[in-house]
Amino acid sequence: MRILPAGDQALLVELDDLDHVLGYYAALLADPPPSTVDIVPAARTVLVTTTGGLDALRGHLLAVEPTTSDRSVGDLLEVPVVYDGADLADVAELLGCDAAEVVERHTGEEWTVAFCGFAPGFGYLTGTADWNIPRRSSPRTKVPVGAVGLAGEFSGVYPRESPGGWQLIGRTDLKIFDQQRDPAALFHPGRRVRFVDAGRT
Amino acid sequence: MITVLETGPLATIQDAGRIGQAALGVPASGACDPASYALSNRLVGNHVGAAALEITFGGLVLHADTDLTIAVTGAPCTGVPLNAPSIVRAGTVLRFGPPRSGLRTYVAVRGGIDVPAVLGSRSTDLLSGLGPAPLQAGTSLAVGSECGPMPGVDLAPVADPAAGFVLVRVTAGPRRDWFTDTGWSSFLSQPYDVSSNSNRVGVRLDGTPLERSRAGELSSEGMALGAIQIPPSGLPVIFLADHPVTGGYPVIAYVSTASLPACAQLRPGQSVRFST
Repeated sequence: MRILPAGDQALLVELDDLDHVLGYYAALLADPPPSTVDIVPAARTVLVTTTGGLDALRGHLLAVEPTTSDRSVGDLLEVPVVYDGADLADVAELLGCDAAEVVERHTGEEWTVAFCGFAPGFGYLTGTADWNIPRRSSPRTKVPVGAVGLAGEFSGVYPRESPGGWQLIGRTDLKIFDQQRDPAALFHPGRRVRFVDAGRT
Repeated sequence: MITVLETGPLATIQDAGRIGQAALGVPASGACDPASYALSNRLVGNHVGAAALEITFGGLVLHADTDLTIAVTGAPCTGVPLNAPSIVRAGTVLRFGPPRSGLRTYVAVRGGIDVPAVLGSRSTDLLSGLGPAPLQAGTSLAVGSECGPMPGVDLAPVADPAAGFVLVRVTAGPRRDWFTDTGWSSFLSQPYDVSSNSNRVGVRLDGTPLERSRAGELSSEGMALGAIQIPPSGLPVIFLADHPVTGGYPVIAYVSTASLPACAQLRPGQSVRFST
């Protein structure tokens, strides 16, 4: 673990990998430093912004004992998915299986929201299996809201219509992000997610 | 009520922003020049965080439908009273001329601009599309009641934003080591020009590209206000209020908090140098 400078109101904690990030973030969230504004996990790092002093923050960050059983803490959200995405066949080919097995693998996983970014409510979900799906070589200019996709080791749901390069395998009617709702975002770091096959409609 | 007659290049509603939701992918947004915004509210006795107008390079024309008390701060637009509370009678048309220096002007109305809050803020976030739409000609703005007693202040003695060369204080960022010592020296010694591609997300700078010490890609990581990111072009981008919560290009340095308002007031063509 390294603590890197990030201006006079934040520090950036760099960790070995995503699992360490999840454990560190869970521990930090359970016992946040005083005067914390934001705790932002990402693939290898956790950014902590503060209105207090950086020395006190650094001391707190060094003393954090990462949670080890990080994948079982969040509450479980079920996301119903119609698996008819435009890239489903391509993903099956990449994984060397058929479309039905992609659905089986995707619904069989217990996913965890590792971190958010890209757009409000966009979560990067990680599973336990070895997903390694390249992004589309040319991103779509318009991905519809609710599209369920895969990229790298991550799965995600587009919270609104936007450009995007993820391989699309299905869609959900669940509003992942709704600015009029409280909470607006259904995906928050640490939340466990299970995708459920909603059949073809 | 206030009616917008003309908007100029860009005019938005801004407050203190959506603080503390970065982990959900929600940027802070809010007034780009927090010092000028806060002053405008103070001058009319508004509560901290009341919504004000942010004008970009003047051009806004407002019609006062009722009597108003306003304060105009930040970039000094011509044709309007500056840095002081003033009463605007119903029927008056306020024309915000081009500022003498700086880029962003704040107009606080006593009571605050009353539009529905989204995720706890009335700020327009141009990157995420959250909050009210930018002002348009014909927009009617309601005035709220977010105020206390008027302050006993006639005029706030503040300096205008710098018109020429601006020195911006920085500290080394988390990815300083992605650049050679030559690159770091170049970053701290060259004069940069503010690009016309700048917006509320960031100030883009033109200059000599920086030399990197390593190839490869960085995993996206959290970024705070004032991060100076170096994309593959080698040219710096200073993150302002609407910056994304994470980014994938190395952050060479951070702007010191005290220099952030000056960065928000940089206009295209202006010259900037960084100093530790």
